[in-house]
Amino acid sequence: MYRETEIIQDNANGGLNAGDGDLIINVGPQHPATHGVLHLVITLNGETIKKVEPHLGYIHRSIEKMCESLSYRQFIYVTSRMDYLSAHINNHACAMCVEKGLQVEIPPRAQAIRVLMDELTRIASHELWWGAMAMDLGAFTPFFHAFRERETINDIMEETCGARLTMNYMVPGGVMHDLHPNFQRRVKEFLGLYKRKIHEYDELVTGNVIFQSRMKNVGVLSAADAVSYGCSGPTARGSGVSCDIRKLYPYEIYDKVEFDEVLETGGDSFARYMVRIREMQQSIRIVEQLIDNIPEGEFQAKTKAVLKLPKGEFYTRVETARGELGVYIVSEGTTTPYRIKFRSPGFSNLSVLDHIARGSKLGDLVAMMGTLDLVIPDIDR
Amino acid sequence: MWSFAHIANELHNWLSNQFNPTWTLIIEMVIAGVAVIGLFAMLGLILVIMERKVSAWMQIRLGPNRVGPKGMLQSLADTLKLLVKEGLTPDGADKLLFNVAPFIAMIVAMLLLAPIAFASNFQLWDLNIGVLYVSAVSSLMVISILMAGWSSNNKYSLMGAMRSGAQIVSYELSAGLSVLAVVVMSGSLQVSDIIESQRNGWWIFKGHIPLIIAFITFIIAVTAETNRAPFDLAEAESELTAGFHTEYSGMKFALFFLAEYVNVFIVCSIGATLFLGGWMPFHIGNWTGFNHAMDYIPSSIWFFGKTFFLIFVIMWFRWTFPRLRIDQLLNLEWKYLLPISMINLLVVTAMAILGWHF
Repeated sequence: MYRETEIIQDNANGGLNAGDGDLIINVGPQHPATHGVLHLVITLNGETIKKVEPHLGYIHRSIEKMCESLSYRQFIYVTSRMDYLSAHINNHACAMCVEKGLQVEIPPRAQAIRVLMDELTRIASHELWWGAMAMDLGAFTPFFHAFRERETINDIMEETCGARLTMNYMVPGGVMHDLHPNFQRRVKEFLGLYKRKIHEYDELVTGNVIFQSRMKNVGVLSAADAVSYGCSGPTARGSGVSCDIRKLYPYEIYDKVEFDEVLETGGDSFARYMVRIREMQQSIRIVEQLIDNIPEGEFQAKTKAVLKLPKGEFYTRVETARGELGVYIVSEGTTTPYRIKFRSPGFSNLSVLDHIARGSKLGDLVAMMGTLDLVIPDIDR
Repeated sequence: MWSFAHIANELHNWLSNQFNPTWTLIIEMVIAGVAVIGLFAMLGLILVIMERKVSAWMQIRLGPNRVGPKGMLQSLADTLKLLVKEGLTPDGADKLLFNVAPFIAMIVAMLLLAPIAFASNFQLWDLNIGVLYVSAVSSLMVISILMAGWSSNNKYSLMGAMRSGAQIVSYELSAGLSVLAVVVMSGSLQVSDIIESQRNGWWIFKGHIPLIIAFITFIIAVTAETNRAPFDLAEAESELTAGFHTEYSGMKFALFFLAEYVNVFIVCSIGATLFLGGWMPFHIGNWTGFNHAMDYIPSSIWFFGKTFFLIFVIMWFRWTFPRLRIDQLLNLEWKYLLPISMINLLVVTAMAILGWHF
């Protein structure tokens, strides 16, 4: 509660509550640590952070408004550009929402393909996070090691979906086209590569003394705060909050595959780090279960050429690599949505940054931002 | 024998025959100055390409491979690019200090080349307090960094400079104490004497564990002193964009860059001289044949080989470790390295008095 009064006071003097000897630093909109156009106004006392104020909007493309003038088939393509690291999962959430409105059952093959693609995307996203976070901490080499594995996934995606980043593969009713004949072989190759190389991750970063001292007891987020700020995904699970949508509200065939929800109780940067590292292994588990058991049959349900959702409101949520993504469609019964709202995980996860950063050093802020895994186009949309 | 010492002597004799002693001295000084500048530029080029190749090797990629054979001329091309770039001075900057700072960095690095023995009997200036001179001059480096950081009128630069000031001043202590360990053992501050004392074995081998500890402390401390990762807090690109040289561009930036690499070379050559025997070849006890074979390798190759090995180790650090935080950095020095090197110095002194070494 003290925070609210402080914010009011801050606004009274122009949003900056700087005392004597305080240094106000603009980190961003162009800064190596923000990985995008995030702007943080940081009040520093020496090296100690007194306040962090995120300024958003530098990459706002009004995706929600754009979606209102696009048909139900078209708007899914735009959502690949929100959280570009988990494009599949964004597409998936939107396709699911439209299917909910149309009341279409999608074939089992499409469900299996969707889950496979989601989990591969999750691994790719966590790989990139791992490299980028290590780079924030000043270690450059992990980035390239992470990209070695990530490129393999991107190649698999390219073969099947035709794109490496903005896949646009999920469509209402299933997936756009069938898997590439090489898909299973190449995924198995990837699994082999990943298992051979995963020990390098621990040797290079996780077990490093400097890394651990930079991460442990830094940016501690209590479970209660994680809930009250609306954190989701690995950020909240690092604080021991069970919030995996795949477990709590299973969609597609997530209730049929075996995997564990990864929980850590530390709440510090290291806990958030470990959640993601262990989550990659759980995703590998899911991929392993599904890769030989993709059901035969149709990859797409029969839908009309022009989709019209019945009048009403529809909401679906999925677990992206960063947390809970909600898609809310208000339909007036026409071919375009009346209103679309995305509940993006990055926005809520960013809001916690000021809370956990106060009192720590400037170098730690970068580590915290790394472990929150912020993707700026996801925050701004 | 085509050794460096031989060439230098021939040159000196020829000049003495041609000119009177005053002119000989002046000409020799000019030659030495040009040689230092040439060495400075060469080291910059070689070390930059070496760093890029080493990092590429560690990061499973190819590194520069387009300019020249195997990309070896890449750093030359980069230097040319930096030469023709505009050297901006920000409006709010303190113009004089801003423009002088990179030259101070370079001059300090050049001064440090003076007492280094590049080969047997080949040294610019064998002064009798060589080691002390190196410690004294190397601490001037912090002045140029503070000047650059302060005069840029940029908050990132200022923070980088302040970090660097705290860091260099602290780590100088343990670097100095570990150098003293060798000085106590060899009983001289003169570089040539210290090398001569290692004729029957390098100090890292005949100094038992205390000198190995001193060597490790020295390597850690000089890595911090030269602002190299994992102690690159003065630059810390993910926190301070580029730290103290944020506002520098063109050749002024290049001078900082060159000075950093030459400093790495110098501290590594000091390490090689004090602990690894400088230009002394590697000998094993009574293996006469082996020792003779080692003697055939020219002394300059021994010196540069050892130095570049240490440079490789320091590059290895950079491409492996994450960066420390400022408080952890200072804790490491004041709570661990400094007490260890002080106790170590006492042990070394006791060993030297009691004669407990080979």
